[in-house]
Amino acid sequence: MTNYIIRRLLLVPVLLIGVTLIIFGMLQLLGPVERSALYVTDFPKNEKQIEGIIKKYGLDEPFFNQYWRWLTGVEDPVTGERDGGILYGDFGYSRTASQEVIGIIQNRFPNTVDLALWTVFPMLSVGIWMGVKAAVNQNKFFDQAARIYSIIGTSFPTFVFGLLLLMLLYANNQWFLPGKMSDWVSQLVYSGEFKQYTKLLSIDALLNLRFDVFWDAMRHMIMPIITLSYISWATFVRVTRSSMLETLRMDYVTTARAKGLKENDVINKHARPNAMLPVVTMMGGSIVGLLGGVVITETVFNYPGIGKAAAEAASQLDVVTILGLAIFTGFILIISNLIVDILYAFIDPRVRLS
Amino acid sequence: MTEMTTIPSGDNQLLEETKSDRKITWLERILGPDNYRIVTGLFKTPASIIGFVLILIFILVAIFAPVIAPPVGSDPMKIPRDGFSGEPKGPGAEWKRNVPEIPFWYTPLTGNEEWVHLLGTAQGQYDIFYGIIWGTRTAFQTGIIVVVATVLIGVILGSIAAYYGGWVDNLIMRITDIFMTLPYIMMALIFSSVLTPILGRSLWPPLIAMITFGWMGYARIIRSDILSIKERDFVLAARASGVKNGRILFKHILPNAIFPTLVLASLGIGDVVLGFAALSFLGIGTEIGYADWGQVLSFARNWITVLNRYWFIVVYPGLTLTFFVMGWNLVGDAMRDVLDPRMRGKS
Repeated sequence: MTNYIIRRLLLVPVLLIGVTLIIFGMLQLLGPVERSALYVTDFPKNEKQIEGIIKKYGLDEPFFNQYWRWLTGVEDPVTGERDGGILYGDFGYSRTASQEVIGIIQNRFPNTVDLALWTVFPMLSVGIWMGVKAAVNQNKFFDQAARIYSIIGTSFPTFVFGLLLLMLLYANNQWFLPGKMSDWVSQLVYSGEFKQYTKLLSIDALLNLRFDVFWDAMRHMIMPIITLSYISWATFVRVTRSSMLETLRMDYVTTARAKGLKENDVINKHARPNAMLPVVTMMGGSIVGLLGGVVITETVFNYPGIGKAAAEAASQLDVVTILGLAIFTGFILIISNLIVDILYAFIDPRVRLS
Repeated sequence: MTEMTTIPSGDNQLLEETKSDRKITWLERILGPDNYRIVTGLFKTPASIIGFVLILIFILVAIFAPVIAPPVGSDPMKIPRDGFSGEPKGPGAEWKRNVPEIPFWYTPLTGNEEWVHLLGTAQGQYDIFYGIIWGTRTAFQTGIIVVVATVLIGVILGSIAAYYGGWVDNLIMRITDIFMTLPYIMMALIFSSVLTPILGRSLWPPLIAMITFGWMGYARIIRSDILSIKERDFVLAARASGVKNGRILFKHILPNAIFPTLVLASLGIGDVVLGFAALSFLGIGTEIGYADWGQVLSFARNWITVLNRYWFIVVYPGLTLTFFVMGWNLVGDAMRDVLDPRMRGKS
């Protein structure tokens, strides 16, 4: 076990270096002037100044010098101030948002986490429930319905689905709303009366015992939650069903039946827990994916998370911002993948032995 | 557990077939028994046949686009505009400026002498019908380019990794892992926004981005296929008779390993088109007005408060894209059943 965890931990620096190299490599396609936005907040107008900046930050030096500088930043010899350096949390300055990229992350990431938090449960439970039920009723009505659902679900593009939801549930009657919060909530939140314990709006609302705020947060999150869920259900149904079918054919299930156990117990106590392993593998991936920012869903519903920030920056070709967000997302994904992998090792002994 | 002990490999299936004295068709002779089984398996279920029909319809639409919707102006891929007003017009609205010539099917089918906006217009008076019909060509173009390129990269890297093994294998597969860590849509978004200032607004920035971050799956599949074929007797025979490494890999192993990958990959066109549409929905890629489904859908983004009135901007291109992807998915599903031996004969 310890052995496995150590091996897994050793992979982290490799992944970090790889991910940063890929992203930095993309950055190198730009000219030095554009890249100076990594270190300075405004573009100098005259050429002498530009040259000075290129010299100061070594923007014309060989690849690996620049890469190192990009990671650790540049120390001013006179004042000792440090500019840039993603390892110190300085991701550069966003031209389009007129603020530091790290500021965008601080504002937006809690919203992404908030959405992910409320999506995880419906996303996992319904898909697994449908998959188990389909397998138990193999080739009967529910199974066929689940199959058709799964094919339609995987074919329906999220943004089309999202737009249709907006059409039916928002444009028609305003039951649910796009965005993050209503105006009166945003006034309240920034008034100081409302204590921001966690920065996650829905949780803070509960902690402040403001259920009207909580309901408002939910009205804004329900459509993204449905959109994120339906597509995961489609894949979860498929994986759960086939894994469950395979398990139901195992000898120990026949044994359990032969012992005269009730069919419910056979399914719930003997078959289902064993059928869950491939599903658990997928779960980790989907949860990690949610944290990585869901670009399309957040954009469709105007939900101000990391994914929407990335889409905004990309459509305005603000490369420094979007690369900063990418690096941050990469870090988050590497760390959450690490946690997920270590958790697997606890659940499934085969993982740590391989 | 008798069924688990007789997982049919290619060889003993061949044996069974010769035993049964079945006639071997010309197709089977060309493809070999394994590949033949894959091809016939694809045409067995009703779902996959519906899938093929959908794909066929889209192929016909792409080929006959100039007949279905006669081009206006020099570049048919530019959606014709009826004026510049911002307000979308509903289906059946009269076409005033830039009227295209009336195709042969129009008057008999609709009984109408005047060309109207069949599916309405989006903001800027881009005709949605033209966007959908000519967008079919964009869909096939992007799908085929990305699939061919990613398969090529995946096959080269995967087969080198599998054949040489050792540190080469380790290095290539770690690089694959690193690429897989990164979230696909976000990276494609980033890379295309880096490429756009360099290459200009066109199909290429998203295409290159999707190729760069899309080859990993194929590399993994081909690697595991080759690893199993590498141990077969004919490879040993080739090696024993002194054939060079590169020749063994490309002449002996790859042709025997590549067929499932190729079929799977061709079915990946649906996913590629979906990804490309998502990118252009987000505002990355071709210039505004290019016939492309994602582009037409992105027009809806400015109207979300009144989508109930302008439903046609979402519904028509949205359903088109969905049916396109569904066609490939239905066939892909049948494909998975054929390729996965555990699923064979059950369902």
